[in-house]
Amino acid sequence: STSATNEKTNMLLMSVWSCFFGQDEEDGTEMGEGDEWMQGKTLIKPLDQLDLTEAELKEEFTRILTANNPHAPQNIVRYSFKERSYKPISSVDQLAVHFVLEGNLLHQDSDEARRQRAKQGGEDAGDVEEGGGEERADSVESKAGKKEQKITNQFNFSERASQTLNNPLRERGCQTEPPPRANFSATANQWEIYDVYLEVLQKQEKNKEKAKAVPKKDDDKGKKKMMLVETQSDDITKVAKVAKIIERMVNQNTFDDIAQDFKYFEDASDEYREQEGTLLPLWKFQYDKAKRLSVTALCWNESYKDLFAVGLGSYDFTKQGRGMLVFYSLKNSTFPEYIYPTTSGILCLDIHKHLPYLVAVGFYDGCVAVYNLKEETLQPIYKSTAKSGKHTDPVWQVKWQKDDMDNNHNFFSVSSDGRVVSWTLVKNELVFTDIIKLSLAGAVSEGPEGVQLPIMACGTSFDFHKQIDYLFLVGTEEGKIHKCSKAYSSQFLETYNAHNMAVDAVKWNHFHTKVFISCSSDWTVKIWDHTIKTPMFTFDLNASVGDVAWSPYSSTVFAAVTTDGKVHTFDLSINKYEAICQQPVVAKKKTKLTHIEFNPVYPIIIVGDDRGYVTSLKLSPNLRKKPKEKKGQELPKGPEVEIAKMEKLLSLLREPENSNA
Amino acid sequence: MSAEVEETLKRIQTHKGVIGTIVVNAEGNTTLITSTKVDYAGLLHQLTMKARSTVRDLDPQNDLTFLRIRSKKHEIMVAPDKEYLLIVIQNPSE
Repeated sequence: STSATNEKTNMLLMSVWSCFFGQDEEDGTEMGEGDEWMQGKTLIKPLDQLDLTEAELKEEFTRILTANNPHAPQNIVRYSFKERSYKPISSVDQLAVHFVLEGNLLHQDSDEARRQRAKQGGEDAGDVEEGGGEERADSVESKAGKKEQKITNQFNFSERASQTLNNPLRERGCQTEPPPRANFSATANQWEIYDVYLEVLQKQEKNKEKAKAVPKKDDDKGKKKMMLVETQSDDITKVAKVAKIIERMVNQNTFDDIAQDFKYFEDASDEYREQEGTLLPLWKFQYDKAKRLSVTALCWNESYKDLFAVGLGSYDFTKQGRGMLVFYSLKNSTFPEYIYPTTSGILCLDIHKHLPYLVAVGFYDGCVAVYNLKEETLQPIYKSTAKSGKHTDPVWQVKWQKDDMDNNHNFFSVSSDGRVVSWTLVKNELVFTDIIKLSLAGAVSEGPEGVQLPIMACGTSFDFHKQIDYLFLVGTEEGKIHKCSKAYSSQFLETYNAHNMAVDAVKWNHFHTKVFISCSSDWTVKIWDHTIKTPMFTFDLNASVGDVAWSPYSSTVFAAVTTDGKVHTFDLSINKYEAICQQPVVAKKKTKLTHIEFNPVYPIIIVGDDRGYVTSLKLSPNLRKKPKEKKGQELPKGPEVEIAKMEKLLSLLREPENSNA
Repeated sequence: MSAEVEETLKRIQTHKGVIGTIVVNAEGNTTLITSTKVDYAGLLHQLTMKARSTVRDLDPQNDLTFLRIRSKKHEIMVAPDKEYLLIVIQNPSE
């Protein structure tokens, strides 16, 4: 059937072609059936037409009409990555678009339509509503003001819902340990702030020192050891200072009345006693281990007015043994502040005027030593040895001098071997210099090989002039007093035939530059003017006089102690011939008093005896009299008064002498 | 050093009229007691701190040396230190 229809279509086609192009050949074969209107024309053969036979002309050619697009390419090749080669595409799109016209109709539910409606709605709202009107009432109304209702399909609408899996909620918490808490409270006082500042300052200073001392590494080890030791003995030693304070307080309580007396008591009865005065006993100082020893030296400390030194030893030639250096404070009478036991008995001591921690001590065995109270050791920091010029006989007196030109400390000592020696503290050594040798004038002895040796006098005491530095007095065992100068080593400036027995003490007056006093075992105390060879005053005390001392507050007051246990106090301005106070101060009658010293500030004296006790006594007002001021005249102050007082006395004495002479 | 200090403390304890001795450290613990009354430590510690604070407030360069409390029966003496407090109770009239 297709071929038949094809024939017909071919005929149609041919007839049409022949009309237009004049093709006859094919028409000729098929003409008989349908081309009536074409017969009128004659067939013209084109020149290049094929000549075909009739068999060939009748051959049926089948033509198939397909919907294939003739323009579609049929040999499209695409690269296939899977096969890694170009492969022809089997199916090709056959759609041929001939004409496209895009319309301008919008669906009323689409977004664009709504937008446009909204635009129009603003302009002519009424129109829209009216226009909406009858036909499309439902749909327009539903859009105009109300919310859209879901228009469900009547036919096959089914509501479907699904529930998603809700993840279960989980609560996760975390708890940490709370930070440790501590309660802190503090006060911010002025002094707390001050303390902190001080600490910072100290740290800064330490850092500075460290920066300077960095190269010294050897000290570190030593420091470490020190640190360890400190921590071990921490507990007890920290209480040391406090314990001392408490001890003093306890003592103060126990001896409260004495302390009150010391400070405030003034003997009122002195007003009724014309000239006499009394001594009020205050504290008694004793140390257990010093019971057998006698007090051989006393010295007040110039800087710490309540501190005094006691030298203990023995005057007895046969009973020589150990000695002790003991320091007491008035604040604590039961126990000494410092204790230094020594191998040999001490005979004399002196505390440096400006350096209260340096003490020079002279021993019975001829040594001299210097103690430093600041040091912890019980040993002296310097000690003279046989090599370094120690005395061969007991040292009876030591005295500090002013620092020499090299700023070294130095002191003098006098001994029975007849030498007055100056000792200088040079670094670690004690360097000695013989100042003078006391030789008995004219006396010589025969030494070995006929050499004549001068016999040395035995020095028993000396004293340096307060103002004239080089001038000093030496008392000897023979009873002579020599006035010497540091400059002349062999000659005396003057010699006084003072006493018949050894001169136990010789002391310059604190105020009057010419006056000195001496005492001796020959029971006498004599006052001299150094320009005159004979004594100004002589006092006989009925017993061997151990020591004599001028008072620091008056040029005419002095006190002496005797072996019968009495203290004799004199005031020359009141009574030139007698003591204004003669008082036994020790309980047992056989106790001999050995030394006496006035306190530089307080009106008390300390007296040492041969049983190792030191008694302190307060001077009653009568003993401390100052010259009365004349009416209307200001009381002249200072040493000039004292000097004048003394001078007056001396002048009185001199006049009769002059007149006599 | 420590021997000396111990000796001093012994002397204080055996001194005439002394009833008791207490050493208190900075936290208030007692380390040496020779008396039956321990409550002294805490109370006196506070009082001493207050006294010291007063003294130093008046002048920061100053410091408390000791404190005496005299009562009818006896006298309490407190000497403070940087770390320690030494308390001595004495009957002064004996």
